[in-house]
Amino acid sequence: MAIFLNKDSKVIVQGMTGATGMKHTKLMLADGTNIVGGVNPRKAGTSVDIDGTEIPVFGTVAEAIEKTGANVSVLFVPPAFAKAAVVEAIDAEIPLAVVITEGIAVHDSAAFYAYAVSQGNKTRIIGPNCPGLITPGQSNAGIIPGDITKPGRIGLVSKSGTLTYQMMYELRDIGFSSAVGIGGDPIIGTTHIDALAAFEADPDTDLIVMIGEIGGDAEERAAAFIKENVTKPVVGYVAGFTAPEGKTMGHAGAIVSGSSGTAAAKKEALEAAGVKVGKTPTETAKLAREILAG
Amino acid sequence: MDLFEYQARDLFAKHDVPVLAGEVIDTPEAARAATERLGGKSVVKAQVKVGGRGKAGGVKLAASADEAVEHATNILGMDIKGHTVHKVMIAETAPEIVEEYYVSFLLDRANRTFLSIASVEGGMEIEEVAETRPEAVAKTPIDANVGVTPEVARQIVEAAKFPAEVADKVANVLVTLWKTFVEEDALLVEVNPLAKVASGEVIALDGKVSLDENAEFRQPGHEALQDKDSANPLEAAAKEKNLNYVKLDGEVGIIGNGAGLVMSTLDVVAYAGEAHGGVKPANFLDIGGGASAAVMANGLEIILGDPDVKSVFVNVFGGITACDEVANGIVQALQLLADKGEDVTKPLVVRLDGNNAELGRKILSDANHPLVQRVDTMDGAADKAAELAAAK
Repeated sequence: MAIFLNKDSKVIVQGMTGATGMKHTKLMLADGTNIVGGVNPRKAGTSVDIDGTEIPVFGTVAEAIEKTGANVSVLFVPPAFAKAAVVEAIDAEIPLAVVITEGIAVHDSAAFYAYAVSQGNKTRIIGPNCPGLITPGQSNAGIIPGDITKPGRIGLVSKSGTLTYQMMYELRDIGFSSAVGIGGDPIIGTTHIDALAAFEADPDTDLIVMIGEIGGDAEERAAAFIKENVTKPVVGYVAGFTAPEGKTMGHAGAIVSGSSGTAAAKKEALEAAGVKVGKTPTETAKLAREILAG
Repeated sequence: MDLFEYQARDLFAKHDVPVLAGEVIDTPEAARAATERLGGKSVVKAQVKVGGRGKAGGVKLAASADEAVEHATNILGMDIKGHTVHKVMIAETAPEIVEEYYVSFLLDRANRTFLSIASVEGGMEIEEVAETRPEAVAKTPIDANVGVTPEVARQIVEAAKFPAEVADKVANVLVTLWKTFVEEDALLVEVNPLAKVASGEVIALDGKVSLDENAEFRQPGHEALQDKDSANPLEAAAKEKNLNYVKLDGEVGIIGNGAGLVMSTLDVVAYAGEAHGGVKPANFLDIGGGASAAVMANGLEIILGDPDVKSVFVNVFGGITACDEVANGIVQALQLLADKGEDVTKPLVVRLDGNNAELGRKILSDANHPLVQRVDTMDGAADKAAELAAAK
């Protein structure tokens, strides 16, 4: 078991034939991902040879699903075209769309998220501006390096890609059930809460590591959710204590506005919900170790 | 990107939100002609991106062109809560105000949609109204794919209990304001106050607009709205080089890959700095996943050019990028800077972890650069960088 992604996932890549798409399709294949196709209307009917694996290119997501039974799409589509690509995935009712693209205009993200809701939420969106998700040893949908760690019993959810890698590395000897990078944009499809709920229900996850950062109140809401609904131990980390007010810190969503969205408030909310919060990534990993050691 | 009032006014006017005439100037003498164009009287308004300018003396009524020049002379260069006034707006004087309202559209992160906030109690901070009289503030979620149609606008007007005699006019403002919000790719459009004047007209007297920088690819006009006068010179130089950089007030220069890891690095340095005389991070700089020698050199150049920086901490986790490439990048970057004649004298602490970390570390050890120290854990390296900054 794992969350959102497993060895049976059939993955297509929207934007596979671009440079980034090709590079990461190759890496995902190397991690054992069952990639069943790419989507590019201009190259429909052709195929791409990746390290000896022949990957067919389809004209639309719907066609790819019809021909292959795909149930996950990973999107490496440039910002200007991302909204149309996500809408296409929603129309095709693919169960999971992982939007890696960074730099999508918020009005576009708001529009495709609202569209997914209006179509009955048949498509779970992860991202945008995220590294995707990995279930080590089974499948990798995105750009998380597959060789950091092995399968294990820790579940990880994070707004940040590199902090995801850092944490997987710190706890590489224990291993992970799944690690989900939900993205650093102001509007994202899958939240901390969604991942927490899924890890809580996953019999192969014993402990959850949750990484947050400044901006918005997703961590505060996650804390309230944990208090009410999560029985498994949760260890937290929040980045951005030293971020000044009103400055965007790399991620479009990482901004302290007035007194809201601060790291201190998030840490406090998590601790009030019984979550142990580390001061550094290393200390956070240590807290996770202590809990797992009993 | 937050805009000045005059820029917000211009965007409102472009999308038919009713506003008063006004123009922006940056010399006192220009206030004369501008005021004459408005019929001989004006309001002189400091352009700063901070509230409370009226109380600070940054907004003055001028009964004549001479008086406008006098006010502009006083206001230009004024400091308002740490913001220097570089520009003033010479605005048409408002007709007699009967009532003041509030309307805005903004991003609702929690609900992953847009939100309308409206109140018949405008003219003060909406947060204050929301706290003292929450029943006077109407919040209405807006479906991004429907937008603010005349029907939705009427619902907002009803929810906020606008008086019947202004209902149509306020609804019209809402529709045009929404057009501004969408067509300009804004994160916030706010009118406060939206004034009902003696003639019965409804006019946007002051406003705030914040734009989405991710939308610049389809908003070619937005680049010109950047405030170059107030930009920190290091931030401006970094922007020229396409670097994601924010200047902070500490002594330890920071370079890392990935926004989250860099934010975390700042915190870890500040935390380590507590044991070293309270040294703090000097900046945020995310060089992204690639971390090529050229990008590393650009980043190092900005950071070493910051006189506040006493030591530098390069914190890289090799994900897809291999650490040997990053290590080569650092070595080549230092060489590039030396070749350019830059006097590199500040110590660098480098931590490499992840993909090919051993190879990367070996490259740094073999290069044996006198200024580069390797520390292989993030917390340890932060401590070393803080110690070196404190020792300088």
